[in-house]
Amino acid sequence: MNNSLEQAQHLNSSVNNSFIGKSIPHESAHLHVSGKATYIDDSMELAGTLHAALGLSTCAHGRIKALDLSRVYAAPGVRDVLLAKDIPQHNNCGPIIADEPIIADDLISFYGQVIFAVVADSYQQARAAARLAQVAYEVFEPVLTIQQAIQAESWVLPPVELSRGEAAEKLAAAPYRLQGTASVGGQEHFYLEGQVSYAYPREDNTLHILCSTQHPTEMQHLIGHALGYRAHQISVEARRMGGGFGGKESQSAQWACIAALLAVKTGKPVKLRLDRDDDMVATGKRHGFDYEWDVGFDATGRILGLHVQLASNCGFSADLSGPVNDRAICHIDNGYYLDAVSIRSLRCKTNTVSNTAFRGFGGPQGMFPIEYIVEDIAYALELDPLEVRLLNFYDDTHNTTHYGTTITDNVLPALVTELAESCNYRARRTAIAQFNASSPIIKKGLALTPVKFGISFNATLYNQAGALIHVYSDGTVLVNHGGTEMGQGLYSKIRQIVAHEFSIALADVRFSATDTSRVPNTSATAASSGTDLNGKAAQAACITIRTRLAIFASELANVDIAGVRFQDGHVYAGEKAWTFAELVLLAYQSRIQLWDSGFYKTPDIHWNPAIRYGRPFYYFAYGAAATEVAIDTLTGESRVLRTDILHDVGQSINPAIDIGQIEGGFIQGMGWLTSEELYWIQTGSKAGHLFTHAPSTYKIPTAADMPAVFNVQLYKNQNVEDTIHRSKAVGEPPFMLALSVFSALRDAVAASAGTELLTAQGLKQKAALQAPATPENILRAIAAARQQPFKPRP
Amino acid sequence: MSEAVADSRPQRPVQFYFQGRVQQVQQPEPTRTVLQFLREDCHATGTKEGCAEGDCGACTVVVGELKQHADGQQQLQLRAINSCVQFLPTLDGKALFSVEDVAGVAITGDAVDKAHFNVGKAPVLHPIQQAMVEQHASQCGFCTPGFVMSLWAMYENNAECPDSEKITEYLSGNLCRCTGYRPIIDAAKAAYNLPRQALASQHIIEVLNGLHQQDSLAYSQQGQHFFAPKTLAELAQLRLQYPQARLLAGSTDIGLWVTKLGRALGDIIYLGAVDALKTIEQTESYLHIGAMASLTDAFAALTSLHKGWAELARRFASRPIQNAGTLGGNVANGSPIGDSMPALIALNASLLLQRGAVVRELPLDEFYLDYQKTALASGEFVQAIRVPTPSATTGRHLFDTYKIAKRNEQDISAVCAAFSVYLDSQNRVLAVRIAYGGVAGIPKRAMHAEQALLGQLWDEQAIQRAQQALPDDFSPLSDGRASREYRERVAASLLQRFYLNSVSSVQQPTRLDDLIATLDISHDAGVW
Repeated sequence: MNNSLEQAQHLNSSVNNSFIGKSIPHESAHLHVSGKATYIDDSMELAGTLHAALGLSTCAHGRIKALDLSRVYAAPGVRDVLLAKDIPQHNNCGPIIADEPIIADDLISFYGQVIFAVVADSYQQARAAARLAQVAYEVFEPVLTIQQAIQAESWVLPPVELSRGEAAEKLAAAPYRLQGTASVGGQEHFYLEGQVSYAYPREDNTLHILCSTQHPTEMQHLIGHALGYRAHQISVEARRMGGGFGGKESQSAQWACIAALLAVKTGKPVKLRLDRDDDMVATGKRHGFDYEWDVGFDATGRILGLHVQLASNCGFSADLSGPVNDRAICHIDNGYYLDAVSIRSLRCKTNTVSNTAFRGFGGPQGMFPIEYIVEDIAYALELDPLEVRLLNFYDDTHNTTHYGTTITDNVLPALVTELAESCNYRARRTAIAQFNASSPIIKKGLALTPVKFGISFNATLYNQAGALIHVYSDGTVLVNHGGTEMGQGLYSKIRQIVAHEFSIALADVRFSATDTSRVPNTSATAASSGTDLNGKAAQAACITIRTRLAIFASELANVDIAGVRFQDGHVYAGEKAWTFAELVLLAYQSRIQLWDSGFYKTPDIHWNPAIRYGRPFYYFAYGAAATEVAIDTLTGESRVLRTDILHDVGQSINPAIDIGQIEGGFIQGMGWLTSEELYWIQTGSKAGHLFTHAPSTYKIPTAADMPAVFNVQLYKNQNVEDTIHRSKAVGEPPFMLALSVFSALRDAVAASAGTELLTAQGLKQKAALQAPATPENILRAIAAARQQPFKPRP
Repeated sequence: MSEAVADSRPQRPVQFYFQGRVQQVQQPEPTRTVLQFLREDCHATGTKEGCAEGDCGACTVVVGELKQHADGQQQLQLRAINSCVQFLPTLDGKALFSVEDVAGVAITGDAVDKAHFNVGKAPVLHPIQQAMVEQHASQCGFCTPGFVMSLWAMYENNAECPDSEKITEYLSGNLCRCTGYRPIIDAAKAAYNLPRQALASQHIIEVLNGLHQQDSLAYSQQGQHFFAPKTLAELAQLRLQYPQARLLAGSTDIGLWVTKLGRALGDIIYLGAVDALKTIEQTESYLHIGAMASLTDAFAALTSLHKGWAELARRFASRPIQNAGTLGGNVANGSPIGDSMPALIALNASLLLQRGAVVRELPLDEFYLDYQKTALASGEFVQAIRVPTPSATTGRHLFDTYKIAKRNEQDISAVCAAFSVYLDSQNRVLAVRIAYGGVAGIPKRAMHAEQALLGQLWDEQAIQRAQQALPDDFSPLSDGRASREYRERVAASLLQRFYLNSVSSVQQPTRLDDLIATLDISHDAGVW
C-alpha cells in the first residue's frame, strides 16, 4: 500500500451513515429553550468593561453648527466620548464605496445619524448621558422620497440600463398594451437580537471583538481601516446571532468600529449594544421601490415586449445598493421568458438611513412588478392569471434569461401544475367567485405565484469558502468554517455533513465560534449560500482527514483503501475493526495529521458586471404558493385564510430545517407586503424622522397572522448541479412565496370594484394596490376601484 | 404619618421568591427593571431584551402571586409578564420564574441547588422545552425563552391542551422573526403528549404567605421614595402626603417612560399591593372593577357581562400586557388611544375617585378634560370603575366594540369604537351612546351622531345620517398609524358594521373573525 493522498481521495473509502436527509433538531435547540445559548450580551463581562451609547442627529439634512457635550462629559459614570475627529484613520464603514462615515463629522445626511458615542460604567449611564448633548444644526431641505430623488436626479450610483431584443419595436407592434405604476415599501429586519459588539484590546496593538455579524471578515477589515491596524491585528468572533436576515451583513460594521475605536481609545473592554429604537432608526433596511412599466402582449397573454423602470430608495449612501439593484434587475423575469425587455434601474439617494441587504437582496423587489404586470394582463384579457403565468414560463426553447444565462434546471411548469392540482386551485376559484357575488362586505381573493431565484453571489469572487476541522485524539471533532449561524441551521447542517463523512455520532461533532483567526478571508453568510459554500469546504476537509485515516487503516489491515469502510462510529478494514476513536488514537501515535482545512469555490460561474451579462448563478431554486385571503371592505382589514406551498430545496439535508426556512421566509415576506409599514415624518421639524421606530408602531406578523390553513411541502427534486448532497439553498427563495398574499389581496380588491375602469385602448384595468397592503392601503384601493374620493395621504 | 415618620420606618429589603429561595434586595433603584436585575445582577441571561417596551416578548417571565380561591384555598396564580417594563420593587411578596427555572420546576428547595450543579449531564428539559426542541420550534433562539415562558404559563393554567386559537392568544405578546410560528404552536400541543410536569407550588405558597405577613414596603433610595401600601387607608394617606408622587399600576406605559424616554419618575406609590383595589364584584345594578384588577381579569368579567367586549378583549395589547396592565391604569392614564375607554363610555361607566376618606363618583365621559388632562384632583386616585348592568326594561340592548389597527393582535388602534343602543319594540332608538378612540385628543362621545339616531327607526337611513354627522364630532389627525381620511372613513364604516351586525337577516359574514371561525384550522408541514 503506497497510495498518495491525491490518489486516495479519488479512490475514496466508503461511508455509511444516515444523517443526510434527516430532520434533526437544531444543534443549539436544547440551549435555546433553556436560556443557555449565549449571545454576545450574555457572555461574561471582563472586569472594567465599559458600555457605549450613541448620540444621534435630530435633523435629516444639514450641518452641525454647534455641538455642546459638556453635560455629557459631566454625567454620572461617563468615561469618554468618541467623535469623528478621534478616528485615527478612515472614518468610513461603507462596504464597497467609502461614502458612509462611522461618525458624522459635519454633514448630516439623515435623521438618526451617529454624531458621537459615549462610554460609561453602565449601559443605563451611557444611555442617560447620550441624551444630554446639545446640538445646533444648519438645516437643509431633505430629499425623503424616491419621487423627490428622481426629480432632483439624486443618485448614490448613476442610472443603468439593461436590455435584450428590441423592446420599443415589440411594444409598438404589440396588439395590446398596458402602462402602469406601482410601489412597494421597505422593510425593517427586526432581528430579535439587536446590533451588538464587544471589543477588547489585547497586547501589542491587537484587538478581539465579539460581534453579532454575518460578515466577520468585513468587520475585521473595516475596523482595521478605522484604527489603522492591519488584518492580523484584529480577530472577529461570532458564535450565533439572534437573527440576521441581511441586516448584519454590512450594518454590523458601524457598531463594531465604534466599539473597537472606543476600546482602543480607553484601553478597556467596550460593549456597544443598540437599544431597539436606536437600532431601527440608525440601521439600514430593505429598499422600497417605485415602478413604471409599459408592456405589450398578444391575445393569449404572451408578453411580447416590456419596458420597466426600477427606482429604489437607497438612502444616503451606496452601502450594498449596487448589488441589491443588480439582483432586482436579474429577477425582473421571475419565472417568465421576456423576449424583448429593457430595464432602467435608478439608485436613488435620499436623506434616510442607507438601505441594505435583506433576505432576497433585491430579488423580491425585482419580481414584484412582473407578477403585478401578469395579473394586469390576465385581467385585461379576462383570463385566469394562472393561465397567463403558465403560458409565459421559460420552456425548452425559451430558456435564456435577459442577462445571458441558459436555464437548465427549470421545474416551474411541473411544480406549479402540481401545486395547482393539490390545492384545488381552479375549483376554489369558482367557489370564491360565487362567494363574492353574494357577499357585499367581505370579499375573498386567490392567487398562485411562482418563484425562481438565482443562487450564488452575483460577484463571482465571493463564491468561495474555507473550513478547518480538528479531529482530537479521543475521536471527537471540532469544526470551524467561515459561515455564521443566525438561526438558519448552518451549523446544524454542517454537523450532519461532517458526522456523515466520518460516520460518527452527531454528539461527537462540535463547533467553535466562527472566528477570523481560524478561517480567514471569509465571505458574508448571505445570498442563501452558507451551506452550499461552507458545507462543501467542510466536506473537503473531512475527506482529506478521512483519507489519511483510510490509508492508515488499510496499511494496518493490509487491504486496499477501497476496502476501508467507515460505518456507525467504526472503521472496518479487512479482518480488522476499530471504533473511530481507537483508530484516531492509533493514527495520532503514528504521527498522522488529524486536522486539516478544506476549500471550495463554486464552479462554472462568471459575470461581467460592466454589461451585466453571464452566468452569475450556479443554479436556481424554485417554488410556488397559492394563497386565499379575505378583506373587509368597510375597514380594509385582511386575513390570510389558506396558503399552500410547494418548494424546491433539491435533495434536502435536513427537511425540518428547510421547512422552517420556507415557513419563516413566507411569513416574513407576508409581513413585508401587509402589516410592516415604514413611515417617515414628511414635514416639519421632525421631517425625516422614522415614526415606526419600535415594535409598538412597526408591526411584524404575530402567531395570529399565520394562514388559518397552512400546508407546506417539499418538491421532490435534486439539484442538477453537484452541490453538497445535491441540495439547494433555501434561505431567501421562500421569502418571495409571499407575493401570493399580495396578489390574492389585489384579487379581492378587484372583486370589490364597481364599474370597471377601462384603459384608453378599452382594456379592463385591474385595481391598483400599493404595498404594503395595510388596511388603509386596501381601503384606498377599494375606493379607487369604486371611483370614490379618498384624499391622498399627506 | 409625617414624612419623618415615613422615612424613619425600618427600610426592609424587597423580598420575593426566586430560584428556590427568598431573595432580598436592599433598596434597589426604584426604577431598576426586573430584566436588568435578572441579566445584570444575577447573570440569569436566558431572559432577553428585544425592545425594552413590552412589545416583543423576548423578556417574558412568569410571576406568581397568592390568590384566595372561592373555597378558601390559597392558590399560586402564575402569569406571564414582560420583565423589561416591570420595576424590581413591584415584585415584593411575589414569586419570579425565569427560563432557567422551568426545567427544574418539579424540584424544590434544596434539590434546586444540586440541580444547578448537574454538570456534564444532558440537561433535563420541561415538556414545553422538550416539545420545542422536537418540533423544531427555535431557529435563532433569541425569542425562544420568552415563548417558553408564555407557554409555561399556559401549561400551568391549563391541565388540558387549549385549542389553536387559545394558544395563539397566549402567544400574542411574543414575536418570532424566524419560524413563522407554526412549529411553536405544534410544540405547545405536543408538550401535552409528554408526561405532565407541574410546578410543585405548596412550598412556594408557604413562602409567599410568610412574606405576606410583613409590613408594607416603603424605602427611599438617593432621595427617591418607593411606597407599596397594602390597604386603601394607607394608600389614601400616602397620596395626600405625597400628592406629587407618581402612581404606578401595571407599569405597561410608565415603564416605557423610564426605558425609552429616560424620564425620572420622582417618588413612586405602587398600587399593586393594595388587595382591596383588585376586587371584581357584580351587583344588581353594576359591575364593580377595582382599579388594580388586571386587564385579563377585568376583560373576563366585562365579556361575561356583554359579549360585545370580546373583540376588544382579544385585540387589546397582548396577554402579558393584559396580565400586568390594569383597567384603572388604562382609564387613569387617559391616552387618546387607550382602548378600554370608548367601550366604558358607551356603557356609561363611572369612576370612583378617592381622596383621603372621601369617595366621589364621576361619569367617565366627564373625566377627560383635554389631551392628557383629567379631572383627577390633587391627592386623589381612581379606586374603581363601575359599569352599569344593561337594563332589561329599557328595551333591546345592542352593544359592540371594534378595534382597527394595522395588525390583528397587539397593535395600537388607528380607530377604536364602541356602540351601545337600546331599541324599543317598534325598533326605534330609545337610547344611544357612541364613543371613539383615536379620532380626538381624548376618548370621546360622538354626540352629533348620537343625536342623529335618537328616536329614529333603526335602519340604514338613520345610520347614514349618523355617519354624516360624525365630522361634526371629530377631527382626527394623520400619523404613521393612519391618515385623517382613513380614520374618518373607518369611523363611519364602523357605524355601518355595527348596524349590519345587529340585523339578523344578513346572512353573509360582516366581520373577518366570523369568517375565520368557520374555517377548520390546520397546519401541515409536509411529510419528511
